[in-house]
Amino acid sequence: MPVADLLPELVLLIGAAVIIVTAAFLPHRLHGLCALLATGVLVASAGLVVTGWSRPDHLTFAGVWALDGAARFAKLLIISSGVASAALSPHWMATDRRHGEYYGLLLFAVLGAIMMASAADTMELVVGVLLSSVTGYALVGYHRQWSPAQEAAMKYFLVGALANALLVIGVVLLFGLTGATGYTEMAGRLAENPDPWVVITALVLILIGLGFKLGASPAHMWMPDVAQGAPAPVAALVTVITKVGAAVALARLAAVLPEAIPWRWAIALMAVVTMTWGNLAALWQSNLRRLLGWSAISQSGYALVAIAVLGATEQALPALMVILTAYAIANLAAFSVVTHLRGRTELADYRGLAQQRPWAAAVLILALLSFLGLPPLVGFFGKLLVFGAAIDGGYTWLAVAAVINTVVSLFYYLRVIAPMVFGTPEDTSAQLGWPSAVTMVITGLMVVFLGLGIESLIGLARDGTLLLLR
Amino acid sequence: MILTAALVVPLLGALALALWPGWSRSAARAFAVVTTLVPLLLMVIAWSRFDTGGSMFQLVEEVDWVPSLGMGFRLGVDGIALAVAAMTALLFTGAAAYPVDTRGAARQYYAWILFLEMASLGVFLALDLLLFYVFFDLTLVGMYFLIGRWGHGEPQSAALKFFLYTLFGSLFLLLAILGLYLSADPLTFDMRELIQQQPLAGAGTFAGVVMAAFLLGFIIKTPLVPFHTWLPRAHVDAPAPASAILAGVLLKMGTYGLIRIPYSMMAETFAAWALPLGILALVSILYGALVALGQKDIKQRIAYTSINHMGYAVLGIAAAGALLDGSETARSMALIGATVEMVAHGLITGALFLIAGSFWQRGETYRLADYGGLSGRTPKLAGMTTVAAFASLGLPGLAGFVAEFHIFVGTFGVYPWLAAIGLLGILITAALFLRMLQSLFFGQLPERWNTMADLKTSEIAVLGVFMVLVVLIGVYPAFLLDIINTSARWLVGGG
Repeated sequence: MPVADLLPELVLLIGAAVIIVTAAFLPHRLHGLCALLATGVLVASAGLVVTGWSRPDHLTFAGVWALDGAARFAKLLIISSGVASAALSPHWMATDRRHGEYYGLLLFAVLGAIMMASAADTMELVVGVLLSSVTGYALVGYHRQWSPAQEAAMKYFLVGALANALLVIGVVLLFGLTGATGYTEMAGRLAENPDPWVVITALVLILIGLGFKLGASPAHMWMPDVAQGAPAPVAALVTVITKVGAAVALARLAAVLPEAIPWRWAIALMAVVTMTWGNLAALWQSNLRRLLGWSAISQSGYALVAIAVLGATEQALPALMVILTAYAIANLAAFSVVTHLRGRTELADYRGLAQQRPWAAAVLILALLSFLGLPPLVGFFGKLLVFGAAIDGGYTWLAVAAVINTVVSLFYYLRVIAPMVFGTPEDTSAQLGWPSAVTMVITGLMVVFLGLGIESLIGLARDGTLLLLR
Repeated sequence: MILTAALVVPLLGALALALWPGWSRSAARAFAVVTTLVPLLLMVIAWSRFDTGGSMFQLVEEVDWVPSLGMGFRLGVDGIALAVAAMTALLFTGAAAYPVDTRGAARQYYAWILFLEMASLGVFLALDLLLFYVFFDLTLVGMYFLIGRWGHGEPQSAALKFFLYTLFGSLFLLLAILGLYLSADPLTFDMRELIQQQPLAGAGTFAGVVMAAFLLGFIIKTPLVPFHTWLPRAHVDAPAPASAILAGVLLKMGTYGLIRIPYSMMAETFAAWALPLGILALVSILYGALVALGQKDIKQRIAYTSINHMGYAVLGIAAAGALLDGSETARSMALIGATVEMVAHGLITGALFLIAGSFWQRGETYRLADYGGLSGRTPKLAGMTTVAAFASLGLPGLAGFVAEFHIFVGTFGVYPWLAAIGLLGILITAALFLRMLQSLFFGQLPERWNTMADLKTSEIAVLGVFMVLVVLIGVYPAFLLDIINTSARWLVGGG
């Protein structure tokens, strides 16, 4: 068994175990050290991904595990998000009795997202989705005494249980039809045009199942609750890494579907519904974190646009990578601000923030404008590539739908920005501490400088080959 | 390096104001004025170096930015860009120098003005389609914060409407840019190469779709009827210098964009769409003038005359692009007229909006009926307003006349009927400005204005410079026409 192929994942796994054991022996006031440990593990894992960057693409472990550019890119993105989230956590979690174990769970969540992105086998995919879900439920409900957190975890769990069940049924249908779970074999069987109705039924079920992790309609309902109720560092992490993992998983699956099945239309439809629903629901939110949750849903719609034209244009995969990165950075920046302001969530409390905390306000404004796609921020290039891919792939109407949604989204982003800049502050605001401040400033700067230096990101994204993609 | 410096200096100025909290009100203002003088000076140098017999784009500066997408930091000017950019630099100096109530946030106000100057100059100097779009969008942000923070009335909703509406237009512009870009081979955003390639020539329906998206984007920005509804609100509620920039500079991005992109890069498709565009421009000319006539508010009235004047410019552009061959003299006159209109409208309407701001500073009202008989009380204000109004209505000897003369003579050679009907617009404009002057300066002086102060030195200086240029273009237009003619020769051919 080529164990060396799994080194980055093994490091995470062993690191998580070590952290949980360490936390059991460490006095509570020193649990913050586990954050340092987790960061070290994540950095080591990322280092291993980078050292394997130029290895040839191949499937390993009997064809269930993909080692290709898309997987490496997703890993790097997921791990970096993990680092940001770990850096946000120490002061936030300091008073929690189970502070240390938290970082173990965080690493498991990262591992689950990586599994989703790397799975080249439906069973492996299910395991990844489940690992990601289980850790997600626990992380979201980490503040057990706080009822919004409980509600969010419950909702996440219930929607997740249903969606995961549908996913498994879809996988079973595909297995029954093709006799295969590995993508290579499945692609061969599907190309022989078996009963299209079964394939379509399976596809719809899998779409719903993966759409749950992606935060795409119709299984998106958990996203705003998690964004609002989960501990802020967890909200930052879960909204980002599950989306990245699920998007790559969906792209990987879409790549093996034959053109005879109208999967492009199905995903395009899902994209439009997701964007529109997310945006319309975000319009009148009075809670910033909830608004960010709905905006995260609409951002999933843009990612789906890129997946819909996958294979129809070679721009599609780089576009997907860049828009996922852009979303991840901007979302981490926005939640860093929320965390740094000790989780303040009501929009009304942000009135006059620009006068009171100019740096926090600036980072939040940059993050929101990057979501919007304002040049030259990183989000602009994400949308640029996605629109370009949609037009090049023959889905101009999808680009137009995305554009109209972007205009709608400006309305609610300005509902946050306007009172922050034009209003006058009412009371003084509390801050969390230096780790969250540093994370906030770094992610905020990245929103700007990754946009200005987009060439390097596009270069990396272009390395993002996807095995089995025609 | 002079073009890059013209962008970098205001940007650094904006950062200096934004990041260092220690600026006093007067220091911030002085610093902003000095900073805006640098690009102005650089534009004068660029003007002197511009070779009227040379190639289309000159003073080109080029650095790779995103080579994998074919995007570069490419700057350069042709005659049209140079004329408009120079006017922009001047208008920003005027806007920074003009006294305004900054409501205790002078540092932020001047930072946004400088930021907006960087973005606006960038639009006119960019030789890269995507770079053009980057600056195009950044101007929205700058203007949004200027209106929302320092406006009056209901500034936040006016700013919101402005941002939403114009972002809608600019996103269609982005789609059109992508459509054009994806048809080019090799893929590039380099404007010079796209002009040479004409990537969508003979592309049929797709070319039509791209053209429609371009026109939508630029018409909203210009704006032409029926996409003008964002303009009056934004103008009325904005602080006066921002209104002057909005009318003088931001509206020009629509007409400049029309010339630079669809006209130059899709000549064939543009010719097919020129007549409908010309008719739309005609509607704007008449509708803008008529609605302006009915306004009871100084700023609303000037705002609607902007729609009328930008209609003239678009009419000239449509006439210039109506044919691929033939009528070169007429078409190049129309194009020259459209460009002079952009410069003239920038100076004249910029001055008029600043004057409206002076009224606001003194009376806190824009209603025409509230004023009257001020000619004796404030002779300098009356004099400046009269010159600007006469220039705007197209009095011979002033800049507006040169522009409109060229446009109408040029259009007459291509679309005689449009030109003939369009002339009505000039009549209506004359009426509305004369009535405005009458109700502001003649008749009974209401008692509350007995102590109204006349223009201050700083106001006279700014307005005076604008009016001197308006007169100069009116009596000796050659210095401007020569520069623009270089581009007309490249774009229209022939003469």
